[in-house]
Amino acid sequence: MELLQLFLTFAKIGAMMFGGGLAMLPLLQRELVDNKKWVTEEEILDYYAIGQCTPGVIAVNTATFVGRKRKGVLGGIVATLGVVFPSVVIITIIAAFLSNFAELKVVKDAFAAIRVCVCVLILNSVIKLGKKTIVDAPTAIIFVVAVAGTLLLNISPIIFVVASALCGIVVKSLGVGKK
Amino acid sequence: MMLLTLYWEFFKAGLFAVGGGLATLPFLRVMGQQYGWFTPAQLVDMVAVSESTPGPIGVNMATYVGYTYAGIPGAIIATLGLITPSVIIILIIATVLQKFRSNKYVDMGFYGMRPASTALITAALLGLMAVCLFGAGGIKDFASTAVIAPKPLILFAALMILTNVKKIKNLHPIVFIAVSAVVGILFNYSE
Repeated sequence: MELLQLFLTFAKIGAMMFGGGLAMLPLLQRELVDNKKWVTEEEILDYYAIGQCTPGVIAVNTATFVGRKRKGVLGGIVATLGVVFPSVVIITIIAAFLSNFAELKVVKDAFAAIRVCVCVLILNSVIKLGKKTIVDAPTAIIFVVAVAGTLLLNISPIIFVVASALCGIVVKSLGVGKK
Repeated sequence: MMLLTLYWEFFKAGLFAVGGGLATLPFLRVMGQQYGWFTPAQLVDMVAVSESTPGPIGVNMATYVGYTYAGIPGAIIATLGLITPSVIIILIIATVLQKFRSNKYVDMGFYGMRPASTALITAALLGLMAVCLFGAGGIKDFASTAVIAPKPLILFAALMILTNVKKIKNLHPIVFIAVSAVVGILFNYSE
């Protein structure tokens, strides 16, 4: 029965989560630490830190961690499916709805302006990300090379992710960059 | 076959998108270009919907792209593809949690990967901005016709200021999206 509980609790978190990132931390603390007492405050912060330095969506990573702790590998999988379940249902409904109304003038007008707004929102996030991730000369060089390389050459993002990880190891091993 | 391609493309995005949230954006942009599953404008619409609905943004976008390409099975397959690598990685890391956290090479690698991830999102954003501000042909269209459509640029400038004003800037993105929708309808933005 705990598997069902895991699924339902994480489905609830997925349905109540807006935006992700740090915004979901209070929600996780309330549901998992205070209500269910499945994990401690420190564990949540640990999972969160690791979620930020592993690939993938942080909310998904946290669900896998907590599920595994409660019920092993199967628990990890069930909790993860729980956290994505509301997204799949809600987005599918909206996508189906929008694809039926995409030709209406009012929808076209709204989305032409919404697109501009989305660009602004992403630009603001990128500026915030830049302040956090470009911290010294080597990281600035990696940033410039990756932007230029992506725009000018048709190189897969994967290449840049792998190459920049290697650069990070080399730069830090040589002792260059901010301590 | 179609679904297998979808699964594999999202598997790769899930494996290499580092840093959460918008980190999947560059991978989605490449998918659109390579397979023609959606246009750049559609991708931006997907970001708008993903930001305005509950759930992790990366997962929402995967579901949306999958649905657009292959209906409900596509929505499910794309989402599963995106989360498979992180589930596997986390299940492995969970068994060596402390060692992983204190491993200096992991730390060094992420020091290099974070600015690259920012760069990939920046490059994807520049491509999308060209389309959203200057029309379907992007910057080339703009240069060849030399006619500036001022409406998107005015909204862009206004929002850029509004979203950086204290008190207003911490409002949920859905507020700005809703206001923009009203502006778009009132001023016939699609013309």
